[in-house]
Amino acid sequence: MEHITLAHGSGGKLSHQLIESLFCRYLGNPYLEQLNDASILPTSGRIAVSTDSFVISPLFFRGGDIGKLSVCGTVNDLAVSGAIPKFLTLGLILEEGLEMAVLERIIASLAATARQAQVQIVCGDTKVVERGNADKIFINTTGIGYPRTGAEIGPQKVRPGDVILINGTMGDHGIAILSEREGLEFETPVTSDCAPLNSLIDQFFDQGITCMRDPTRGGVGTTLNEIAQQAGVGMILEEEALPLRPEVAGACDMLGLDPLHLANEGKVLVIVAPAAAATVLEKMRRHPLGAQAARIGTVQAEDPGRLLLRTALGAKRLVGMLEGEHLPRIC
Amino acid sequence: MPEKMEHKDKARALAYLAAISRLADQPLTIMEVCGTHTMAIAQNGLRELLPANVRLISGPGCPVCVTDNSDIDRFLFLAAKPEVITATFGDMIRVPGTKKSLQSLRAEGADVRVVYSTLDALELARKNPEKEIVFLGVGFETTAPTIAVSIETASRENLTNFSVLSLHKRVPPALRALAADPEVQVDAFLDPGHACAIIGTRPLEFMAEQYGKPGVVTGFGVLDILEAVLMILEQRAAGRAAIEIQYKKVVKAAGNVRAQAMIEQVFTTADASWRGLGLIPESGLNIRPEYRAWDAAAKFALPRFDSPSPSGCRCGDILKGRIAPDECGLFSATCTPLQPVGPCMVSTEGTCAAYYRYARK
Repeated sequence: MEHITLAHGSGGKLSHQLIESLFCRYLGNPYLEQLNDASILPTSGRIAVSTDSFVISPLFFRGGDIGKLSVCGTVNDLAVSGAIPKFLTLGLILEEGLEMAVLERIIASLAATARQAQVQIVCGDTKVVERGNADKIFINTTGIGYPRTGAEIGPQKVRPGDVILINGTMGDHGIAILSEREGLEFETPVTSDCAPLNSLIDQFFDQGITCMRDPTRGGVGTTLNEIAQQAGVGMILEEEALPLRPEVAGACDMLGLDPLHLANEGKVLVIVAPAAAATVLEKMRRHPLGAQAARIGTVQAEDPGRLLLRTALGAKRLVGMLEGEHLPRIC
Repeated sequence: MPEKMEHKDKARALAYLAAISRLADQPLTIMEVCGTHTMAIAQNGLRELLPANVRLISGPGCPVCVTDNSDIDRFLFLAAKPEVITATFGDMIRVPGTKKSLQSLRAEGADVRVVYSTLDALELARKNPEKEIVFLGVGFETTAPTIAVSIETASRENLTNFSVLSLHKRVPPALRALAADPEVQVDAFLDPGHACAIIGTRPLEFMAEQYGKPGVVTGFGVLDILEAVLMILEQRAAGRAAIEIQYKKVVKAAGNVRAQAMIEQVFTTADASWRGLGLIPESGLNIRPEYRAWDAAAKFALPRFDSPSPSGCRCGDILKGRIAPDECGLFSATCTPLQPVGPCMVSTEGTCAAYYRYARK
């Protein structure tokens, strides 16, 4: 069985072999194939840039792997910022001894996700560290996107009365990773929601959106708290409206976790002016990644900076940010 | 996260609330003595739903929170020994002692492992024969049986590098101390469902007989808690006091006899110090002399510490239900879940943590 050796990161012959037999084969495009020290990209004015590093353990999980995740993470950060993702860079840190077949599986998945998200990998770098100095593979991706013109969104645009939508169930990624890591088995296994969101967001971006965020680490609860604090508004969620798989609810109950604090990798929180809410919700539901989209709450003037939850019985309670860390290396 | 409510459950909950309102003709203070109840009440906003004259207050129901500062310093002293691997449930990691916590010791190089069961701790002992594995036995009657089994297993396997520092507490003596304390103004108790699954209800009957305090052993759902509050109100309306079981699917009056026998085999009752409540006779579980080789306190000749409570921390008053968390000057200012001063803020089941998370003003 072939393994990664320190020579694969030396810049010498084995590095070149790796680039040609693996990276160009799976990720090839005119920018990458020039194999220059830098790629020259076309732009038309302003660009959006985002970067993210991926250290998830395990590398493969139900619904995804580190390759897919490293495309989705950066693509989604660009997309929720109102940009159209176009290009990604790819930085790899490999541990000596990593099986070549594992690397190939990851790169193949990364390539398939990039095609799905319609982004091109335009440059890359590979380093190999001695065994024990990294855990198999760490990935960094930096993404470039084109901001949509005339579509300024962000917390400063959020107003009391705006409606809060989400495109589906909460916490699937968090529980999928946790169950792989801790060997928990459920009757219906939970699959990570890891997916590129740009084609979903394309459906409704022009429809009165005031703010969007992807609730990754820290979950819906932490992300909405951030927006509420930045926007100086209050927010109230309706417990009965929160989409949640019964398996995820059961796992949370068992483990003492709050699904509002669990990580998602294919969810977007959309805050929209009240008049446009129904249209956006309908457009979300017509897309495969939004079939279970729901209206989950409202922005209010009261309790600025705070996120509240109205329970099924009508009591209100505070939803805080995630304190500490549920689980390291979840993405 | 509160459970999703089915339509019929919601109807039942509303019916309980209506019945509670009808019966609540005079003030009633109910104390829950289980951290899981504390969390469920806060998560579901139940205080807000009950009539204003029905007050729910939290008692010493979180085992981490009632652990005395001197005991925390004792296990930190042990954890700092180079030959020791400390095995503990996760909640203890951040509990601050006088100077350090397990977390800060770990950063300094101490070997501290979070385990999910005593089986993991035994496995650590088998795999690390050159090390001493010390398991922190913190809990009520609920966890004592499995820890007793681990000591029995270690004894059977002659696993001499495993030991337990037993800081276990017993619920009934604490309830007696609360009932006898004139500072504690409580009319009735929600009794702990998990602990009573082990000990049954008989050890609690003195609360009704001697002190006239109704008690209901309660499950952990919204419906369970509301039904139990209603059962207490019904007792009062009928002019009686008894220990009743709401959590019937799990708790029997006689409890779990096998688990009781396991506790009896390995542990013996002893006086124990509770944070805020002080020394309570017969309220602790020490390891019997027959199992001395697995008793960390004996094995390492642990000194006693005389550790003061952190200055300004009112965990003691909170554990007695004398004040609510936001009446403590440190609450949410200098004491937060990330930088806890007292243990009531550290444990996920602590009263302060529950208030901080769900009801902070």
